[in-house]
Amino acid sequence: MTNPTATGPLLAQTAGGSPYLNMGIFGIFVLITMIAVFRASRNTRTAADYYAAGRAFSGSQNGVAISGDYLSAASFLGIAGAIAVHGYDGFLYSIGFLVAWLVALLLVAELLRNTGRYTMADVLSFRMRQRPVRVAASISTLSVSFFYLLAQMAGAGGLIALLLGIQDRVGQSVVIAVVGALMILYVLIGGMRGTTWVQIIKAVLLIAGAGVMTLWVLAMYGMNLSSLLGAAVDASGTEEILNPGLQYGMSELTRLDFLSLAIALVLGTAGLPHILMRFYTVPNSKEARRSVQWAIWLIGLFYLFTLVLGYGAAAIVGRDTILDAPGGVNSAAPLLAAELGGPLLLGFIAAVAFATILAVVAGLTITASASFAHDIYANVIKRGKLDDKQQEVRVARITAVVVGVVSILGGIAANGQNVAFLVALAFAVAASANLPTILYSLFWKRFSTTGALWSMYGGLGITVTLIIFSPAVSGSETAMFPGADFAWFPLSNPGIVSIPLSFLLGYLGTVLSKDRPDEAKFREMEVRALSGAGAEKATEH
Amino acid sequence: MSTTPPDDAGPSPTTWHEAHESPDFVELRRRLRTFVFPTTGLFLAWYLLYVVLADYAHGLMSVRVLGNINLGLLLGLLQFVTTFLITVLYIRFANRRLDPLAEAVRERVEGGRG
Repeated sequence: MTNPTATGPLLAQTAGGSPYLNMGIFGIFVLITMIAVFRASRNTRTAADYYAAGRAFSGSQNGVAISGDYLSAASFLGIAGAIAVHGYDGFLYSIGFLVAWLVALLLVAELLRNTGRYTMADVLSFRMRQRPVRVAASISTLSVSFFYLLAQMAGAGGLIALLLGIQDRVGQSVVIAVVGALMILYVLIGGMRGTTWVQIIKAVLLIAGAGVMTLWVLAMYGMNLSSLLGAAVDASGTEEILNPGLQYGMSELTRLDFLSLAIALVLGTAGLPHILMRFYTVPNSKEARRSVQWAIWLIGLFYLFTLVLGYGAAAIVGRDTILDAPGGVNSAAPLLAAELGGPLLLGFIAAVAFATILAVVAGLTITASASFAHDIYANVIKRGKLDDKQQEVRVARITAVVVGVVSILGGIAANGQNVAFLVALAFAVAASANLPTILYSLFWKRFSTTGALWSMYGGLGITVTLIIFSPAVSGSETAMFPGADFAWFPLSNPGIVSIPLSFLLGYLGTVLSKDRPDEAKFREMEVRALSGAGAEKATEH
Repeated sequence: MSTTPPDDAGPSPTTWHEAHESPDFVELRRRLRTFVFPTTGLFLAWYLLYVVLADYAHGLMSVRVLGNINLGLLLGLLQFVTTFLITVLYIRFANRRLDPLAEAVRERVEGGRG
């Protein structure tokens, strides 16, 4: 056991003292998932296999996989750490991330499953002019996936320093490249079916690990949450850790920024392309509904765990120790694991953290590759007249390699940079460019091609522009370029401006343009979406 | 039939049109919309109220209710409870009130394909 008052250097030693153990446990995870991926690859022949796992997963399996896809390293290490250091304000994130699933459950999941085949663009272009809408939807999909991917890969560097004790950039770059190469291998060999199994295995390990630690922490305080909170207050030396405002209460601007973030979180989830694509891996809309149900239970449970883990880390590890550790806030959960269960539990949590990056990045890569191959290549370049579906899958695999290599290079380049805003950006683009367009296409008869293009390009353009000229990129100490100052937009989270504007643009594009919606196609889409008539069935093997 | 991709030899526009005008479909759409639209409005409003309170009413949210557990934490946990509750209610509603109608519409369309 390590000394509870361990400081920075001692911690590096703790983490660095057992890097082989950490790597060994991660190696076991890789081995198990590889076997699952190889088994899955035997059934991956058609496009429906590669993109949608033959639509053969059950709702409960897919629900577990969705939690695996959704609970990124940021939400595992980041939220537990934010609660340990900033207290209550860290907890606010998890509520947004959870409530967001109701949007998916009530408005999106089933209707999308019934209407589309492989990608978000399938649904958006259903009753519109195919090519322009597909291109726009694909650009939006690729942008969101890329921002999210880069954020995950850039975070890997800090994690490597923390868990493997590798401090120099070359060593970290090698590990990032290895993780990226593994991910490409998973996607190439296993397609969506293999990726899904990786996510299922990871989700089970993550939730079980967090659950054990939660019970452990609670048991130390007589199963009494109030006592745990009291201990956290004593260790932190301030009652403020229990109250809101520690992180976002500084000024009117930070408060508004938080409100903006909260809106993007709740509306962004149902517009994340890699989450939407998961709904195609089940046989019908009823199973899509069950997927979300399972995802809500598991994700909700997990965020309740992180609440205990966060305050547990504050009480047992201590705020200053966490902040002094390599990886800073992100080190709270691993440090707590080391305190509780020694090197073995730390090794387990470290392996789960790497598995988390691996699984999330794999999910993003297959989404980006499917969107390029299915939307751009097959339906725009080849105009949907591709005789050989194998050709489309081949293009998807090549795209996956390209996306994987770009994300490795991007991850190495962004390593150590402050790119935390990329996740917020991905959510803001998903909520601005994707969600309004999805909702309008499903529920508003008049919505037209022009409206769809305005809301998608408008949402993407506004969000990216506002971020570039925000304090997240320049003009503040925590910016990506702290030396420069070209910021004129005061908020780091553009959602509060970009989301309403995108809804407005979709509306204006529709009412101002002369193009008339295809009413017969709308009727067909509505019947399909609500009843599941004519929906893609599971493939049989 | 299950091996035929629906896009290639799908039901005719007339079939879709008739299904769209059928009483079953009209009722299905009415039931879906009268559940999901108000519920969405409700949970979004409740979520926003919570966020605004946590963001701007620090004094109120810091009031201790049970030992060290304050109002902010209780309301936050209540967000979890309402999310779980809405999920359970919607699943029950969909299984009982939506699925039978959806199946009737589906059979009408797919049966007509022969």
